[in-house]
Amino acid sequence: MDTKEALFKYCLRLADNNLVLGHRLSELCSNGPILEEDIATTNIALDLIGQARHLYQYAAEVEGKGRTEDDLAYKRAEREFYNTLLSEQPNGDFAVTIARQFFIDVFDYYFYKELLNSKDERLKELAARAIKEVTYHLRHSTQWILRLGDGTEESHKRLQTAVDGLWMYTGELFEMNEVDEILIKEGIAPNLNDIKTKWESKVSEVLAESTITKPEDGWMQTGSRKGMHSEHLGYILAEMQYLQRAYPDAQW
Amino acid sequence: MENQELEILFQQKIDREEKIEPKDWMPEAYRKHLIRQISQHAHSEVIGMQPEGNWITRAPSLRSKVVLLAKIQDEAGHGLYLYSAAETLGVTRDEMLNALHEERAKYSSIFNYPTLTWADIGAVGWLVDGAAIVNQVSLQRTSYGPYSRGMVRICKEESFHQRQGYEIMAHMAQGTPEQKAMAQDALNRFWWPSLMMFGPHDSDSAHSAKAMRWKIKRETNDELRQKFVDKTVQQVEVIGLTIPDPELKWNEEKGHYDFGEINWDEFYNVISGNGPCNKQRLSHHKKAHDNGAWVREAAEAYARKKQKSVAA
Repeated sequence: MDTKEALFKYCLRLADNNLVLGHRLSELCSNGPILEEDIATTNIALDLIGQARHLYQYAAEVEGKGRTEDDLAYKRAEREFYNTLLSEQPNGDFAVTIARQFFIDVFDYYFYKELLNSKDERLKELAARAIKEVTYHLRHSTQWILRLGDGTEESHKRLQTAVDGLWMYTGELFEMNEVDEILIKEGIAPNLNDIKTKWESKVSEVLAESTITKPEDGWMQTGSRKGMHSEHLGYILAEMQYLQRAYPDAQW
Repeated sequence: MENQELEILFQQKIDREEKIEPKDWMPEAYRKHLIRQISQHAHSEVIGMQPEGNWITRAPSLRSKVVLLAKIQDEAGHGLYLYSAAETLGVTRDEMLNALHEERAKYSSIFNYPTLTWADIGAVGWLVDGAAIVNQVSLQRTSYGPYSRGMVRICKEESFHQRQGYEIMAHMAQGTPEQKAMAQDALNRFWWPSLMMFGPHDSDSAHSAKAMRWKIKRETNDELRQKFVDKTVQQVEVIGLTIPDPELKWNEEKGHYDFGEINWDEFYNVISGNGPCNKQRLSHHKKAHDNGAWVREAAEAYARKKQKSVAA
């Protein structure tokens, strides 16, 4: 694999993460516990899908085969997506939505902060834009972790269940493969081992304050770096891609 | 001062085109009329998120997806400041939501129609928001200050929504035969319900006369409906679609389009709860609200704990 191919795959991975999580959040439209939360959720979905667009556009340029952002989002199959298993997990109750969001927000926050040092100018620009949005997302999900964890008995119980249930998907956030190796050498991508240390310390700190017990590290699910997903992704893509697939000649 | 005297002063103030503000004296009927109208308007913004939200996950391009998301986010924001405007009249958001759930308060009947294809998202943005704008532009001059100022803000965003809808329709009307058929079908289904959005004829409108005298409304239902038809016909022609009304015709003498009679049986039938989606929309809203109860309780409990620890 050369640097160009690695960069292409790397952009796809980042874009897929944002698109799939944005898709999950957009499913929640009009289902929020309070109107303010509906606004926040659509806003975060909007940020994430906006970031995905920039990343797909860049991926398409790097690839240089004339594909567009929509080709990359709408015309790849299940096994060609590289988003994390965590990002595709169903919304569940509000505690699950928030726990999933919090784990990813903490990751994104430290990740994009590091990406600001990338030697790739475009990724650097993307990171500068993303970090502003992600800082807000993290503040939002952190506040909800505290409210739910230290709110009522019921909310505490629900959040603990959500955290326990999602924990096995968090290990994958930090997995690295050949793509990372090549790009780390070039000074383009951050080393995810460094992000992991920061992630663990931040997550521990917030969970402790929210009176939630941090789960023991047990078995961690894996697969997305190779395009192996949970059963959920197929349905997400079936829904998302249906018009493009049903009317291949149409422009929208 | 006697109520009668106060009422005379109140009417004089309105006739001088001065805004009524929350702390000013106002007749109870004026307050009630406004609460009914503003909360109905707020509920419409919020319930409207459902038919539009129905297509976010299936939007056919990333660009159309983010534009739709941004639009729905705006609608939710409008709902929020309309609830706040109504709250200045001494009603709480909880009371307004209860009234909605108990079917004492209404929302725009247009949202009781389903969005069946992607073209419907175009039709909703173009026709439904288009009709809403005609009404809201007029309401910018409404006599109640907070409502008027809210409308100014809302109008700025609504004109962007209408363009979003029209762009989808224009694109599809010029697309493949299937896309064009979808666009025409959406226009066929949404045209008449959009005209119904302006409400009954002035002669049959229960609230119109008072609302006009108090300058809550500045133009009648029929005047607003005519404005909407006049501006929309041309837009339809530009993109090569056909309005489903054989009686639609330019009237040189009046300088307006004549159009056919609305099916008022359908109008009253949908208003009274028998539209295709009335039950679905309301039960969706109730369910989301009920499912969120534990979240709101948690937020309140947490806020109380924090307050205590600050006080201690």
